[in-house]
Amino acid sequence: MELEYTDEQRLLSDTIDDLLEKQYDPNTRLRLLDREPGWSRELWARYAELGLLGLPFDEAYGGAGRGPAELAVVLESFGRALVLEPYVASVVLGAQLVARAGSPEQKAAILPRVAAGDLLLAFAHTEAAARWSSTDLGTVAVRVDGGWTVTGQKIAVLGGDSADKVVVSAKTPDGEIGLFLVEGAALRRAPYAFQDGLRGADLLLRSAPAEPLGSTLAAADAMASVLDSAIAVLCAEAVGAMERMLWLTVEYLKTRVQFGQPLGANQALQHRAADMFVALEQARSMALLARLALGGDDVGERRRTVRAAKIQVDLSARHIGQEAVQLHGGIGMTWEYPVGHYLKRTAVIARTFGDLDELLESVGTEGGLISAS
Amino acid sequence: MDIALSKEDRAFAEKLRGFFAEEVPADIRARLARGEHPTKDEVVTCQRILNAHGLAVPHWPVEWGGQNWTPLQRHLWSEEIALAHVPMPISFNTAMVGPVIANFGTDAQKQRFLPPTANADIWWCQGFSEPNAGSDLAALKTSAVRDGAHYVVNGQKIWTTLAQYADWIFCLVRTDPTVKKQQGISFLLVDLSAPGVTVRPIRLIDGSHEVNEVFFDNVRVPADQLVGEENRGWDYAKFLLGNERTGVAGVGLIKTRIARIKRLAGQAAAHGRPLVDDPLFRARLTRLEVETTALEMSVLRVLAREGRVGPGKPDPVSSVLKIKGSELQQEATELLVHVLGPAALAYRETADMPDRFAPLPEGALDALPTYFNWRKASIYSGSNEIQRGIIAKAILKF
Repeated sequence: MELEYTDEQRLLSDTIDDLLEKQYDPNTRLRLLDREPGWSRELWARYAELGLLGLPFDEAYGGAGRGPAELAVVLESFGRALVLEPYVASVVLGAQLVARAGSPEQKAAILPRVAAGDLLLAFAHTEAAARWSSTDLGTVAVRVDGGWTVTGQKIAVLGGDSADKVVVSAKTPDGEIGLFLVEGAALRRAPYAFQDGLRGADLLLRSAPAEPLGSTLAAADAMASVLDSAIAVLCAEAVGAMERMLWLTVEYLKTRVQFGQPLGANQALQHRAADMFVALEQARSMALLARLALGGDDVGERRRTVRAAKIQVDLSARHIGQEAVQLHGGIGMTWEYPVGHYLKRTAVIARTFGDLDELLESVGTEGGLISAS
Repeated sequence: MDIALSKEDRAFAEKLRGFFAEEVPADIRARLARGEHPTKDEVVTCQRILNAHGLAVPHWPVEWGGQNWTPLQRHLWSEEIALAHVPMPISFNTAMVGPVIANFGTDAQKQRFLPPTANADIWWCQGFSEPNAGSDLAALKTSAVRDGAHYVVNGQKIWTTLAQYADWIFCLVRTDPTVKKQQGISFLLVDLSAPGVTVRPIRLIDGSHEVNEVFFDNVRVPADQLVGEENRGWDYAKFLLGNERTGVAGVGLIKTRIARIKRLAGQAAAHGRPLVDDPLFRARLTRLEVETTALEMSVLRVLAREGRVGPGKPDPVSSVLKIKGSELQQEATELLVHVLGPAALAYRETADMPDRFAPLPEGALDALPTYFNWRKASIYSGSNEIQRGIIAKAILKF
């Protein structure tokens, strides 16, 4: 079994790292943060040229025909550079939902344009009253004159500020979870930046004209599968971010001199850096397992495994993020120094698609990971 | 977890599982599954069964009973032994002194020692630590002075595990006190029945007799019991300690502890429902399962790298395995105590109760003693502080 990157994956990772090292230094990123739209259209076009925006789709739809594992490769590199572009929103969530649940016509109309960088998508799912539940939705879909409308309010919609089309989850009249395409013009948006700088919005839908994705109105399975893959790739992104936080901290401990010696000469600090390394390795191992689980065919195991991975990743990221800021001292608290921005990204990831308690409850009630016999 | 293994590897593990279930006496395995310790005879019996089927020393050279397995297959072997509740072959024999003799010993030493070592006809113990040489092992002082065809050994070893069962001890001794401390050490095999050797028990906090002091008073050791070259013992010790980089994680052991916790928590009632359905308990248990699975993946990553590039320089990830492995082993012992509740509190010699008393719940006898005993895991094999030092040195490159 392949536990490290294949040669092809290594090449992909090196290509992205190389691009981001040149084009995504911390100062460039800070400038992007403060300016509309909060990310770089030029880089988005570059990602399209490199084939990143169509990575997981069939070649028939302008994609590269690669698996969700490659998305994790991309996101780990993105995590190292703290990329701001709406990749998770548009490619990992929006487009994968279309690819998984859409009709051939919908796929043909949408996926090639996403891959080319001409169309932005988002997934509007989270609701204020439902925390991270997949099923307790207040948003409803109603059939009107042979078509459909959707009514409800969604919060924390990643990329919801700039999406041209939004995939909306809603209760159908049968009580199923359905997925509907809504045009950007049919939404009311309250746009904002998340705490980590990524852009998003709360969305209000009032009898918004909507088109069901695919021919069946029961889309829960498709949604679950895409959410699982999104959880796995967020784990990879967090690992990239943690790796960079440890690296920044180690460099700082080696160069910052106090009391006539580098900080890193103090055993108290050496051991804390070592514990950050332990936490990183554990997270890396589980992110890998999540990536492998996406290729498996047992849905229950996939679901448990990616959530278990996120538990470890979130625990490790909290430890590494807090320690990274602490070991830097005052400089770690500043906006202009990068380490705090990594802390913020991982703190937001830890509250995306389920927080620690939610994930522990989910994995625990489904029997855990280790057999009792 | 199986998703991280190939079909062939899974078949390999299943075959071993079948063998252990068939060939190893069920009563011994049942006792171990209940948290009891194997007796000396049971350890020997089981090692001989494994040895008869080529499964006691698979990591040795093929001519001495090895199997030419991949690092991953060796790992699955030790995992399946633990999961089947088979007593581990004596690690001092199979993982420590055996490979040293096989790699550095003379042909005569190999002939003399390897077959009885594999078959548990000799029980070995390890003479490394001394009262003033713990983490700083190279500071050891037990001396061996050449006198004709013998070495004369004087000094003291400590923390000698199961020396009360042992026939022989392999020792690090100082043969040259004039050079840098690592360069004057030799690797010597000593018959514990030789005149001048005294073994004295040390009682541990759980009441157990597991470790000992071993004293050497002018013990005459034939010079043909020196392994390798004189004053190269430190290299052999490093080889010995570097041999087992992933076993120290103890993933199989943690999994069996978790399985037991889950089984007993399903029987224990708390607030009118099985404890296993209590959300706080379940969250604690799930977190332990997650971290154990992460540890297992870390082990598999190290093995995959080793399988590709061969065993190389010490890797800081080995220290990760030691730190996290020992911590999770310890956490599992603590969670079992939690499952037992007040039934864990009494210190008892046996589970027998007077007439008409309800029988003790499983675990009442061993839960707290094991928790106390397992504090050792973060101290031995290079304390976790030593391991953090190794990691820090690797990442900070001071």
